[in-house]
Amino acid sequence: MVPTNYYLILSAVLFGLGVVAFVFKRNIITLFMAIELMLNAVNLAFVAFSQALGKPDGEVFVLFVIVVAAAEAAVGLGIIILTARNRRSLNVEHVDLLKL
Amino acid sequence: MPILENLWIIPLLPLLGSAINGLFGAKWSKPIVNSVALGSTGISFLCAVEAVREFLGYYGTNHKAWVKPFFDWIVAGSFRAGFDLQLDHLTVVMLLVVTGVGFLIHIYSTGYMAHEEGYFRFFSYLNLFMFFMLILVLAANYVLLFVGWEGVGLCSYLLIGFYYLRKSAADAGKKAFIVNRIGDFGFMLGMFLLFRTFHSLDFATVFAAAAKPEVAIEPMGQFGVLTIACLLLFVGATGKSAQLPLYVWLPDAMEGPTPVSALIHAATMVTAGVYMVARSHVLFTHAPTAMYVVAIVGCATAFFAATIGLVQSDIKKVLAYSTVSQLGYMFLACGVGAFGAGIFHLMTHAFFKALLFLSAGSVIHAMGGEQDMWNMGGLGKKIRTTFLCMLFGTIAIAGFPPFAAFFSKDSILFSAYNYPENGKAFYAVGLFAAILTSFYMFRLIWLTFAGEKRYDEHKVHVHESPLNMTGPLMILAFLSLTGGWFAAPALWGGKDYFAEFLSPVFGAGESAGAESSASLEHILSSVAVAAALAGLVVAWRMYGKQVNRGKSEGVHKLLYNKYYVDELYAAVIIRPLMWLSTNVLWKVVDAGMIDGAVNGVADGAAAVGDTLRHTQSGNTRSYAVWVVVGAMVLLGIIFWPILHPALFGGVR
Repeated sequence: MVPTNYYLILSAVLFGLGVVAFVFKRNIITLFMAIELMLNAVNLAFVAFSQALGKPDGEVFVLFVIVVAAAEAAVGLGIIILTARNRRSLNVEHVDLLKL
Repeated sequence: MPILENLWIIPLLPLLGSAINGLFGAKWSKPIVNSVALGSTGISFLCAVEAVREFLGYYGTNHKAWVKPFFDWIVAGSFRAGFDLQLDHLTVVMLLVVTGVGFLIHIYSTGYMAHEEGYFRFFSYLNLFMFFMLILVLAANYVLLFVGWEGVGLCSYLLIGFYYLRKSAADAGKKAFIVNRIGDFGFMLGMFLLFRTFHSLDFATVFAAAAKPEVAIEPMGQFGVLTIACLLLFVGATGKSAQLPLYVWLPDAMEGPTPVSALIHAATMVTAGVYMVARSHVLFTHAPTAMYVVAIVGCATAFFAATIGLVQSDIKKVLAYSTVSQLGYMFLACGVGAFGAGIFHLMTHAFFKALLFLSAGSVIHAMGGEQDMWNMGGLGKKIRTTFLCMLFGTIAIAGFPPFAAFFSKDSILFSAYNYPENGKAFYAVGLFAAILTSFYMFRLIWLTFAGEKRYDEHKVHVHESPLNMTGPLMILAFLSLTGGWFAAPALWGGKDYFAEFLSPVFGAGESAGAESSASLEHILSSVAVAAALAGLVVAWRMYGKQVNRGKSEGVHKLLYNKYYVDELYAAVIIRPLMWLSTNVLWKVVDAGMIDGAVNGVADGAAAVGDTLRHTQSGNTRSYAVWVVVGAMVLLGIIFWPILHPALFGGVR
């Protein structure tokens, strides 16, 4: 049996990778994937705790997160496609119309 | 006793008239405005007469003043100021003078103001004035009196500035208002002091407490509580009644329409100070120092104003200074303890001065607005009724028997003569002022009505005034003749009925000396008549035969420029105040400190916002960094208890 700590450390590493990728990459699709990575890192932590504590709560949470992530993917990809069409670019630096 | 139970109806009627005319009069024709204004004052006068009749019956059985509370106005702790109205013999005199003379002047105004703009506005103000004046004389406590006091000041301001498009009129209104504020400040301080001393401002309570035998009369030269309170009240009276040093507003108030000068600035409002002092006579008799100050100020004003009146060329200015001078007589009477004589002169003055002003208004009306006497002359033949009425007024004010002021001025001078503290000096100054009075009034008569005409007949169409103007003149002329006859029997050893009428208020003491020194009174009366005659003769010598304006220099110039008092006040008070207001209060305090604080706060907020603005870069990744940093900080705070010993524990 793999100790819970290992799962958590893996989860933290995956989350950290997601954060770093989100902050340093410019391609919107990459950012999107970084978000998915962070979500799934959290999912991993939930599942690990669920198994360690012997309670189903964490697994239920994971199902919710997957549903939300799926909805987000649908909306987010739609936005990305529109952005790409309008701007002919996927560079997030160019999407800054809200700037003062 | 229907009216006596409902005394409020007497002031309420003019208030209603004022409100109706003020709100709807603009669209109404003159007859409707007239009937509202005259109706309300006329019915008010009839109610006053009926109230007086009922009161005299009530007094006959109960021997006390009629006081009726209507509702509580201010109640705070132990302080109570109610809407309480009071009727006693002093109020009776004031009530009849105010409503009676007021009604006559309303009638006159329908003629005088017939061609003026703002006809309804004029009558609305005039009725409002009647309301406040009636509140003033009917009030049963100082607070309600102060309501009337301020209210008449407001109406005075409105009516002086009636021709508000003329700058001099607007300025004169402001001047009257501001000078009165100074006096009112003293009056209010006096009220506070009275409340602190007697824990009430009701006349009945205060005077009963002050009249108790254990309240000592504060000796001459000492400034006890009562003396200071009386002096503060008198400061208020100097403002309202135009005494030295606050008289400067009254001559300027002549910018208002002439009926206003007659009603407010001669017959009624300016006598409010005299009324107030007479009303507070219980306090004043306990403060001889204050009485002495009142006498000195009154005497000085009577003389000072009379000298200025000698040389004025504006017919209304002469009468204005004459009013200031006569008010000085009234205060002289109050100061020497002859409150009854002061009120007597107040009443006769209301008759003859209203008559003089209205006659002057009739002259101005006839001359088409000309007020300078040097541009008149020879009017006696053309406007005979006005001339005769004005002559009546002049003889009355000069003090020839059997006209009104002969009796009232005589009793004032007699009381002054018998006053123990420098009474002879007061008498001498008063007598000299009487000579001056006679002189300037007959000078006015000669310059205006006698001699050759000094105006261009092709430009000025001199015409007699209509009956609604001459009618009130004739009634007032009759009153100026007969108004003093109440006191006439005293001359041949009989009773002074006026003093006797007021004795329930002022006590019988003051007329006690009259019988014992009847021969002295005869001598003094003869001297007074001789003084009036002297003034008449001098005026005739100078202006009776041929009129020569001459050059104004020396004393004449000093008098013509009113002793440069206005210039003095401007230099000593107004200009330093203006400088202070402009250079300190405006440029430093207002522009520097207040605006600085307000703008500083705004500028600070703008600067902070400008700095924070840069975080809103629109760059998604920088927002992400902020989220990460925020999350880290949050985590740090949550896990601080664990992190703290782990990070720093080893050092200790």
